[in-house]
Amino acid sequence: MTTTVAAPATAAPVAKAKVRRGWTQHGLLFVAPFLIVYALFLIWPTLLGLQMSFSSVNIAGGNDRFVGFDNYAEAFSDPRMWRSLWNTLVFTVLSTIPLVFLGLVFALLVHNLRFMQWLWRLSFFGPFLLPSAVVSLLWLQMIYPPDFGLLNGTLGTDVLWLGDPSVAMWSVVLTTVWWTVGFNFLLYLAALQSIPQHLYEAAAIDGATAWDKLRSITLPLLRRTTALIVVLQLVASLKVFDQIYLMTGGGPEDATRPIIEYAYDVGFTGYRVGYASAVSYILFVIIVIVSLAQLRLFRKREEVAS
Amino acid sequence: MTKRFSFSQLVLLVVTLALAVLWLAPLAWAVATSLKPESETTKLPLEWIGSEITFDAYALVLGTGGIVKWAINSTVTALVVTFMTVLFSAMAAYGFARTQFKGQRVLLGLVLAGIMVPPQVLIAPLFAEMVSFGLVDTWWAIILPQVAAPLIVYILFKFFQDVPAELEQAAFVDGAGRWRVFFQIVLPLSRPVLGAVSIFTFISTWNNFLWPFLVSTDPNTMTLPVGLANVVQGTFGLRYAQIMASVVLAGLPLLVVFVLFQRQIIRGVAHTGLAGQ
Repeated sequence: MTTTVAAPATAAPVAKAKVRRGWTQHGLLFVAPFLIVYALFLIWPTLLGLQMSFSSVNIAGGNDRFVGFDNYAEAFSDPRMWRSLWNTLVFTVLSTIPLVFLGLVFALLVHNLRFMQWLWRLSFFGPFLLPSAVVSLLWLQMIYPPDFGLLNGTLGTDVLWLGDPSVAMWSVVLTTVWWTVGFNFLLYLAALQSIPQHLYEAAAIDGATAWDKLRSITLPLLRRTTALIVVLQLVASLKVFDQIYLMTGGGPEDATRPIIEYAYDVGFTGYRVGYASAVSYILFVIIVIVSLAQLRLFRKREEVAS
Repeated sequence: MTKRFSFSQLVLLVVTLALAVLWLAPLAWAVATSLKPESETTKLPLEWIGSEITFDAYALVLGTGGIVKWAINSTVTALVVTFMTVLFSAMAAYGFARTQFKGQRVLLGLVLAGIMVPPQVLIAPLFAEMVSFGLVDTWWAIILPQVAAPLIVYILFKFFQDVPAELEQAAFVDGAGRWRVFFQIVLPLSRPVLGAVSIFTFISTWNNFLWPFLVSTDPNTMTLPVGLANVVQGTFGLRYAQIMASVVLAGLPLLVVFVLFQRQIIRGVAHTGLAGQ
C-alpha cells in the first residue's frame, strides 16, 4: 500500500539503464523463462483461439476448415448465446453493487472497532478462502434445499431458492456475495489503514462528529480505491462460472447459465470448439473494454504519484 | 468524551457482531450437520445439535481416502505453481526493470497487455494445446498455464524500479556478477513483496476450479476443488453428514493457515489485489 511509483511504466527502464551501461548484460536470460511459459500458455492460446473462432474445428481437431465470420454470425443470432450473455450481465450488475457496498461497510466497521479484530476479519474474509466447490456443496446441499435447508427452515418460508427461475439468479448472487465480499473488504481495510491519522485528529480539534469525518475525510480519500475495486469486481463477475455451474448447472430453464458455461457446453459437451471460441471471444472483447478502464486507473495513479 | 466513545464502540460492536454471526452461520451449519448422526441431518424443525455428537461422518470420509489424496495434490500443485510463478516473475521483472536488451519495450508491452486476458476465455484453445502436447491428466497441464501470470510480473517490476540502484552498484564494484546480485542482494531485499505475491498466488491456485476441472479426469491427479465437484455430481448419494464433513475438511486448511498468519495474508492479498498500489 505504501509503495510509491517512480515513473510511468514504459519509459523508465531504458532511461535508467543507459546510466549503468556495462553491467546490463544477461537481460534476456532473466526474462526468458517467464517469456517461454507466457508465450506457450497465454499468447499462443490467445492467437489459437482467435484462429479457431474462424474455423469449424471440433474437439478432436477434425473438420478444421476456415469459415470466416460464420461462427460470429451464428452466435449473434443464437438465442441461447444472448440469454447467457444477458445472464452474465445481470449477474455482474446484481453482484457488483452489494459486493462493493458491503465490502466498504464491513471495512468501516472493523477498522473502527478496536478489539477482537482477528475474529471480525476471519468472519468476513474467511469464506473467500474456501474453494468454489466447497461453497457450492454447502449452499446447494444444506442451505438452499426447500424442505430441510437452513434458509427455509429458519425463515419459515418455502421458496425454491435454486428451482424457481425467477429466484435462482438472486440465490446465486447471495452465495457469491457471502463467498467473495471478503476480498473487497480486505482491499478497503488496507486503504483505510493508509489514511493518515493526523487528518482525523485535526478534524476532531475542529469539533467534527464521526459522521463529518466519514463524509469529508474517509469517503473522499477512498474514491480512487473504490474505482479500482469496482473495475476489478466487474471483471471478476463477468468471468463467473464455478458456483453457477456447480449449484444450478445453468438452470432452471437457462435462468442462470453464464456465457463461460455456454462456451464450455458448446465446446466440451457439444464438441464444437470453433463455435465455443467465437462465444468466448465475445466475452473477451467486453472484458478487454472494462480492463482498459482499469489500466487507465493504474496510469492515473502513477501520474499522481510521480 | 469517554462516555460517548464507549457508547459508539458499543453500537459498532453490536452491528458488527450481528453481521459476523450472519456471515459465520453457513459455516457453523456445515459443522453442526457434519457432527449429527446421518438419520437426523434432514430433520424438521431444524436443530443445531443432534441427539448425540458423532465423528462417524469424518471417519467415513477420511476412510475412503479421496479427500486426503486430493488435498495432497492441491498442496503440491499450488506449491509448485507458487514457486515457479514467483521465481520466473521475479527474474522477468528484474530483467525488465534493471537490464537492457533488444526488444525490451515491445516484450514489456506484450506482458502488460496480457493482464487483460482472462484465462477463462482460453479454455478451448488451451485444451487443444494440451491434447497435442499429450499433457491431459498430468500435473503439468494443471500447473503450467497458471504460471503465466503477467500481473505478478507487473507488481514486481514496479517494486524493482524503486529499489535503490546504489545497493547493486556497490556489489558490482566488488566484482559480483549479475546473477549473484539478483539472488543474494535483490531477492532478500524483496522478501515482503515476494511473500505478498506468493500468498496471493498460493490461494488462487489452491482454489482454482475451471482449468484443473477440464484437464483432470483421473481421480488420482485431481485437485481438491475438482474432486469435491465430483462429489457434488452425486458420488456420495444423499449422505449429508458426510458431505458436510468433506466441506469442513476441505475448507479447514486455509482457514487455519489464515488464523495463524493473518497479518501476512491480509497484506499479501491486499497488496496484490490492488496491483501493488
